[in-house]
Amino acid sequence: MILNFGVLIDPLFRLPFLTGLLFASVLPVLGMYLRLRQEWLAALAFAQVAAAGSLASSILGLPAQAGALACAGGAAAAKSWIARSGNNGYAVLMIVGWACAILMLANVPIAEQLGHALFDGQLYFTGVGHLIIALLFLGVTAALLPWLSRPLLLERVFPDFFQASGRSALRYHLLFDLLIAAGLALATASIGVWAAFGLVFVPSMVAYRIGQSWKASVWIGAGFSLGAYLVAFAAALLFDQPFGPVLVITLATIAAIIWLVLAVLRRRKASSITAES
Amino acid sequence: MDDAKLLLQVDELTAGYTRAVVGPVSFLVCTGDVIGIRGPNGSGKSTLLNAIAGSAKIFSGRVSKRPGLRVSHQQQSALPLDNVPLSGQELLGLTGATSESLPLWIKPHVKRRLDRLSGGQLQFLQVWACLKAPVDLILLDEPTNNVDPPGVEHMAEELARMRESHATMVISHDQRFLERVCTRVIAL
Repeated sequence: MILNFGVLIDPLFRLPFLTGLLFASVLPVLGMYLRLRQEWLAALAFAQVAAAGSLASSILGLPAQAGALACAGGAAAAKSWIARSGNNGYAVLMIVGWACAILMLANVPIAEQLGHALFDGQLYFTGVGHLIIALLFLGVTAALLPWLSRPLLLERVFPDFFQASGRSALRYHLLFDLLIAAGLALATASIGVWAAFGLVFVPSMVAYRIGQSWKASVWIGAGFSLGAYLVAFAAALLFDQPFGPVLVITLATIAAIIWLVLAVLRRRKASSITAES
Repeated sequence: MDDAKLLLQVDELTAGYTRAVVGPVSFLVCTGDVIGIRGPNGSGKSTLLNAIAGSAKIFSGRVSKRPGLRVSHQQQSALPLDNVPLSGQELLGLTGATSESLPLWIKPHVKRRLDRLSGGQLQFLQVWACLKAPVDLILLDEPTNNVDPPGVEHMAEELARMRESHATMVISHDQRFLERVCTRVIAL
């Protein structure tokens, strides 16, 4: 097989590259807070619903991102009702979102190309609109997250801290729900369902394991995600493979390598302690 | 009683979760009070603090707080960390607690992850985060659990130092600790 390294600098792929890069930097950070609230399944549910919304809006001749945003936003707004049944509610939302999307794909030919992009994770169809929206989302997240971070963390470790002083943390949670729904909707419309979910789930999982503080973990998550994204983008282009699965495999492989290294280090440390004693 | 110092009034309160487990009980809490709560297991000590913090159901009676009253609540259960990579320093920062007068034995550990600290170190930081938060009323539920004598001593000294400007309610099975720090004790 002859690899064509020229594709890596092909102007055709610059916009998709930059759009994906923005999502690869912001989604793992949001994933840290989703994991904090033990709601990672909600992320997958929002992504599946956003995919169904994208397809529905493209069938209706509307922008795909508008449908994704509307459906994921609706799911976020109904979250307090869905969350009453715990993860069951999210699981039902996820499979219903998936089923609706597949039925639209099977029955409406116009949805086929977008459907493949959403489920295969073909980043390369993104354009200027996607990049501008990704930039806007990054800006909104950068503005809101420092303000949301303290109450979200505080509620996790001292659940009645706000209530005890007669204050409510509801507005922080609602705003974060909307942020996460918007992030997953926009990312799903740009890089596909599973790539978006992978960027939310895997880097935060690794960061939780190895970070020595919250701040360090956020940086680790973002760094891990960006590194995996660069490798996956290049690999997908060089080997002419769909981007989404390549990204997911890259994330999982790097996570497995980190796990292995940690296990070896732990074993060495344990044996050196045994030898000393 | 000096009305300006009144922070909290509890009138004929009965509280619980699915059914009432404590009360009726009535008392006032003013700035300068360190109120101990003692009683056998199951007498509703934690439920009483939870009712004041708003996380237990009030069946009858009422809890009246001074408008704008700021409250911190250290619960008896361990912090629900579940691998959350939060350092001791970050925990203190979250409640706005100062770390200036932390004892020397804990200072080297505040930059470590909370889930990698010993039970006693974690308990001390959890109590400190509530004790030194910028609040008016501090609710402490078994603060001395798992804490070594130097840590208990430091807590007692800090409670005495803070008496002028705060009110504290403390649940403890440690009779000597209650006798040392409390201005009065409520028996349930």
